[in-house]
Amino acid sequence: MPTLHTVNKSPFEKTALAACLAHATAGSAVLLFEDGIYGALRGSAVADTVAAALQSVKVFALEPDVRARGFAPDRLIEGIEIVADYAGFVDLATEYSKVQAWL
Amino acid sequence: MAETKQFFYLNRKAPYGTIYAWESLEVVLIGAAFDQDVSLAFVEDGVYQLTKNQDTTGIGMKNFSPTYAALGDYDIKKVYVEQESLTERGLTLDDLQHLTWEDEDEDWAEKDSITVVSRAEMAALMDAADVVFSF
Repeated sequence: MPTLHTVNKSPFEKTALAACLAHATAGSAVLLFEDGIYGALRGSAVADTVAAALQSVKVFALEPDVRARGFAPDRLIEGIEIVADYAGFVDLATEYSKVQAWL
Repeated sequence: MAETKQFFYLNRKAPYGTIYAWESLEVVLIGAAFDQDVSLAFVEDGVYQLTKNQDTTGIGMKNFSPTYAALGDYDIKKVYVEQESLTERGLTLDDLQHLTWEDEDEDWAEKDSITVVSRAEMAALMDAADVVFSF
């Protein structure tokens, strides 16, 4: 059963996202929330890395954290799936065998 | 009256993930009462503080972003945003709030508060300041 990885830090301040993507195996998933959502935005210096990861892992972004930071879902990198709310976060967690947090 | 000093507030953190952005804003507003020469600088993730359309209803936190629009009323007219920091994040000036102040010497004409500067220009601004407050 695959793992759900979570990242809640900005990719410009911490290496959490890079480390996560470097260790996430094919078929696993990555949920970006809190400041982690900055890694989900199009056009940034890390966008190519995230887009490349989408070839082998699913990437999700938590909508309330995206909107809190001033962005709409249409600013996300193509292929990233939106999770509507924190209840959706819980539902997602139950679909994977474990949750691995990258703090 | 004491000598006026150049106060330079350096903002490097995104809002909401940590308390730094909000704390900085509080200190800036308190400091505004002391009639100093105030500059605000937004570099690295600090540029995210100024994005428009912030909506925190889904995360149960106070949206403090409208407060930036009030800075002009506190006579804070110098807001510097680093171009390189915007570019690295895929942002343009259009993603940020339009901050203004009213010039009483020109019949309260509305003027832009934000100046986008290069990293080298930002470095020079830091050098020129008397006191740098880091957030």
